[in-house]
Amino acid sequence: MQWETVIGLEIHAQLATKTKIFSGSSTEFGAAPNSQASAGDLAMPGTLPVLNEEAVRMACLFGLAVDAEIGEISRFDRKNYFYPDLPSGYQTSQLDLPIVGKGHMDITLEDGSTKRIGITRAHLEEDAGKSLHEDFSGMSGIDLNRAGTTLLEIVSEPEISNAKEAVAYARAIHSLVQYLGVCDGNMAEGSFRCDCNVSVRPVGQKEFGTRTEIKNVNSFRFIERAINTEIRRQIELIEDGGKVVQQTRLYDPAKDETRAMRSKEEATDYRYFPCPNLLPVVIEPGYLEQLRTTLPELPAQKRERFQSQFSLSAYDASVLTASRAMADYFEQVEKICGDAKLAANWAMGELSSLLNKDNLEIGQSPVSAQQLGELLVRIKDNTISGNIAKAVFEAIANGEGSADAIIEKRGLKQVTDSGAIEAILDEMLAANATEVEEYRNADDNRRKKMFGFFVGQAMKASRGKANPQQVNELLLKKLEG
Amino acid sequence: MHQQTLAQQARALAKGDYSARELATHYIQRIEQLDPQLNSFITLTAEQTLAQADAADSARANGSASALAGLPLAHQDTFCSKGVRTSCGSKMLDNFVAPYSAHLLEQLAAAGAVSLGKTNMDEFGMAASGTSSFYGATLNPRDAQRISGGAACGSAVAVAAGLASAASGCDSFGDIRLPAAHHGLTGLKPTYGRISRLGMTANASSFDQAGFITRSAEDAALLLQAGAGFDPRDSTSASEPVSDYSTTLGQPLNGLRIGIARNLFDEALDGRIAAQVLASAEQLQQLGATLIDIELAHADQAVACATIIGSGEASTNMSRFDGVRFGHRCDNPASLDDLYQRSRSEGFGPSVQLQVMLGAYYLSVGQYERYYVQAQKVRRLIKQAFVAAFDTVDLILAPVTAALPRLLSEAADVAAERDSQRYTALANLAGLPALSMPCGLVDGLPVGSQLLAPWFQEARLLNAAHQYQLATDWHTGRPSGY
Repeated sequence: MQWETVIGLEIHAQLATKTKIFSGSSTEFGAAPNSQASAGDLAMPGTLPVLNEEAVRMACLFGLAVDAEIGEISRFDRKNYFYPDLPSGYQTSQLDLPIVGKGHMDITLEDGSTKRIGITRAHLEEDAGKSLHEDFSGMSGIDLNRAGTTLLEIVSEPEISNAKEAVAYARAIHSLVQYLGVCDGNMAEGSFRCDCNVSVRPVGQKEFGTRTEIKNVNSFRFIERAINTEIRRQIELIEDGGKVVQQTRLYDPAKDETRAMRSKEEATDYRYFPCPNLLPVVIEPGYLEQLRTTLPELPAQKRERFQSQFSLSAYDASVLTASRAMADYFEQVEKICGDAKLAANWAMGELSSLLNKDNLEIGQSPVSAQQLGELLVRIKDNTISGNIAKAVFEAIANGEGSADAIIEKRGLKQVTDSGAIEAILDEMLAANATEVEEYRNADDNRRKKMFGFFVGQAMKASRGKANPQQVNELLLKKLEG
Repeated sequence: MHQQTLAQQARALAKGDYSARELATHYIQRIEQLDPQLNSFITLTAEQTLAQADAADSARANGSASALAGLPLAHQDTFCSKGVRTSCGSKMLDNFVAPYSAHLLEQLAAAGAVSLGKTNMDEFGMAASGTSSFYGATLNPRDAQRISGGAACGSAVAVAAGLASAASGCDSFGDIRLPAAHHGLTGLKPTYGRISRLGMTANASSFDQAGFITRSAEDAALLLQAGAGFDPRDSTSASEPVSDYSTTLGQPLNGLRIGIARNLFDEALDGRIAAQVLASAEQLQQLGATLIDIELAHADQAVACATIIGSGEASTNMSRFDGVRFGHRCDNPASLDDLYQRSRSEGFGPSVQLQVMLGAYYLSVGQYERYYVQAQKVRRLIKQAFVAAFDTVDLILAPVTAALPRLLSEAADVAAERDSQRYTALANLAGLPALSMPCGLVDGLPVGSQLLAPWFQEARLLNAAHQYQLATDWHTGRPSGY
C-alpha cells in the first residue's frame, strides 16, 4: 500500500510585548520565580484583564505579512480547565472570532519550487505559568512569571505533505515573526513552539485519516524527526491491522518515539464562552492601513532584492535572508567593503562556520559586521591576501581588535613591491634548483602541477604575505624566461 | 446621630455639630452593642475606622475636607480592602487578606469617607436570602422570623438598624434593590460600567454592578458622585461623562413620562405590594409626571436568561478558588485532584456549588448551543425592548419584590429564590440603572417601588426618587428598637 501524509501545524509564537497580554507585569525571561506575577496574574479576587494594545498591533502586523483577512471584530473567550499553573482556571483565548483570519505562507521546497501553505487563522491568547517538578520532594513548584505572556497561535491548513515541508513552513514562520520584530524566535526559551497534527491515508483516498497531535515540539530538528517517527508509527499500526486513535502525543527525542498523552475520549470539555471581562476588539480599516506602512521588508521581498541589487544567486540570497539578523549583517558588511559577492562568501563561509562551531546566533557573533567589513576592505585593497584574512578573522573573533590593528601588530601587510617579491623568488628558485631543472624538461601537464609547488614555496618563504597574483606573474616569467 | 441621613450628617459635620471621631465612635458602639443579634458585619476595623475619622477631622480643621469627609460607611465583603480580610461570606476566603483595595473603596476613601467594616453577604453573592453566608445568616431587624434578603444582606441590615450611615453593595440580579426594599431603604444599582468593578469579587461578571444602600436618594447621589467614573483598569468601565448628581436633585417632575411596566404586575406579585407600588406611581403623577402603560417584551424570560448566563459566568469565575495560591486548602491532599475536590467542596457552601454545577452544565458541549446561546439572544431582545420603551418614556416603574421576605422556618427553595429576582434581574440583563425606594408597608413590613432609567441617566433616576421622598416619608421608617 502506498501512503501519503497530511500535516498541519499549530505554532505558538510568544509575542515580544514588554508587558503581559492582560496585565502590566514584565515579560522578561529568566527572572526569579514569581517575581513577575501581579495580583492579576495570580487571579486574585476582583482583578480584571486589560488588553495590551501592543499585542493587537503585533498580531495585526503578522496578519498583514501573511496577507490574511483581518476582521473588524475579534473576541476573547474563556477556555476552562484546571491546572495549577493556570491561575484563573481558564485560559483567555479566541475561539470563534480570531484576530487574524485566512492567510498563507509560501515555502521553498528542496527542488527549488515554491509551495503555498494556507494559514487557517492566528489568534491571541495568554500563556500559562510553569510547573516545576524537580527540587520539590513530593510537591510541585509553580512559577507564574510566564502566566499571561502574549501568545499568537498560528494554525496552518492541513496542506503540508511531509516532514521536510513542515520544517520549511515552520522555518518560514519563524523567520517572518522575527523580521516583523513580533517574536524573538528563541526556541530554547520556549518563545516559539510547535504542535504537529499528523495523519496518513492511502494514496488516492480523499478523506483524511485519523490524526494525532504531537504537542510542544521545540526545535526544527525535532519537528522533522517527530513527524517522521509518527508517520512510521501510524503506517505500521494500520498495516498491522490496527487503528489510529485520535489523541495527543508527546515526542521523546532520546528514544525517538512519540507517546500517548491523552485520547479524545478523555479530552476535556473546555466549556468555551465569551469572556465577559473583555469587550470585543474592533479593528478599524484606517488602523490597518496605517499599520501596513510600518511593515518592514519581508523575507521574500528581500530575497528578490538581494538577487537584483547584489547579483547574488537565488541560493545565496535565500541563505542570507533566512533571518533578518543575517540579512542586516550582510548588508552592513557589503556597505563597508563595497563587494557583495565577497561579503556574501564571507558571511556564508567563515562567519557561518564560526557561529555553527560555537552554536551561536548571528546576534551573538564575536565578529561584528563592522569588523568583518573592515577586514574585507583590506582584501579589496590588497593589503592582505584572502588566506591571511582568515587568520585575521580568527584573531578578531578572539578579541584581538580590529583588522587593521591585527595586521599592523602581526606584520601581515602584503608584499606588493615587485623587487622584494623577485628577491624572494630568486632565493627560492636557487634553493630548488633540481625542481627547476625538472620543470623546464617537463610537459605542460607536469608543469602545471609543479608550478603550484613553486607558488606554495614562494608564499611560504614570504610567510604568506606576498601578493599571490604578483607571485604568479613573476614566477612564470622566471621559469619560462 | 444615627437617625440622620448621610446628607444630614455631612451638613452636621460641616457645621461642627459633632466630629467625625464622635460619629464613628457612636457607630462603633452601636455595632458592638447591637450587631451580635443581627450579624450584619463580618469584619470590623475599629482602629482603622477611628484613624480615618481623625484624618477627616484634621482635614476639616485645615479646610481641606472632601465631599464625604468623616461619613461612616460599611462595605459589602465582596470589595477587596487592602490589609483586611475579604471573605465574600465564604469559608473559601476566610483566610484571605486582600493585597489591594477595590476601585470603589479607593474612591470613597479619597473623598474622605470612613469605613466601619465589611458586611455580611450571601456567599459570593450567589443567593438572595441573606442566609447562605459562612458567617451565619444576617437577621431581619423588623421581624426576626423572616429572612433579611440578599445578597447584600449585611449592608442593608446595617443601614436599616443604624449601624452604618450608608453601605456599598454589589447588585448582580437585584442584590442591592431586594434587601433595600425589604428594609425600607433606598437601593441604587447604577448603569453597568458606571462604577469600576476592579477589586469587586466577581459573581456574574456581565451583571455585577457596584451600588449603594442608603436612607435616601439624596444619600445615594452623594456616594455615586464619588464612585462613578471611568477606570482604565476595568475594560467594561464606561467613559461616559459623570453628571453632578446632587445639584440635579431639585428638578420638578413636570412633563416626566413614566412607563408603568404592566406585564410586570403579574400573577406572582402579592396584590398588596402591587397596590403600594401603583400608589407610588400615582404619587409621582401628582408631582407632575405623566403615567403611560407599557409592556416590556420578553420580561418573563428574565429569570431563566439570568440564571443561564449568570451561572455560566459564575462557574468559571469560581475556578480560581482551587486551593493552590490563596484561600481554603484541604488538609493533606493525596493528589492534585484530591486537592481541588476537597478544597472546593469544603470551601464552597451549597449555593455556590449549585451555581458552579449549573453553569458548568450550561456551558458544556451540546448544552451551550441549547441554553447559553439562546439566553444571550434573549438578553439582546430584552435590551431592545428597553430601547424601544425608552423611546416613549423617560423612566419605567416596576415592582421590586413579588412577596414579603419568607419566614426562616420555610424551607429554602432554589427556584423560588431565583424567582424573587424576576423584577430586578431585568436591569442587570440590560445593564440599566435602577433604584428601589420604599413606598409603603404590608403587614407592617416595608415594600419598595422600582424605577429604571435609560443607560447613564442616574441623575434622572435619583431626582425622581428624591422628589418622591420629599413628598412622602416611607423612607424615614426605622425598625423599632434601632
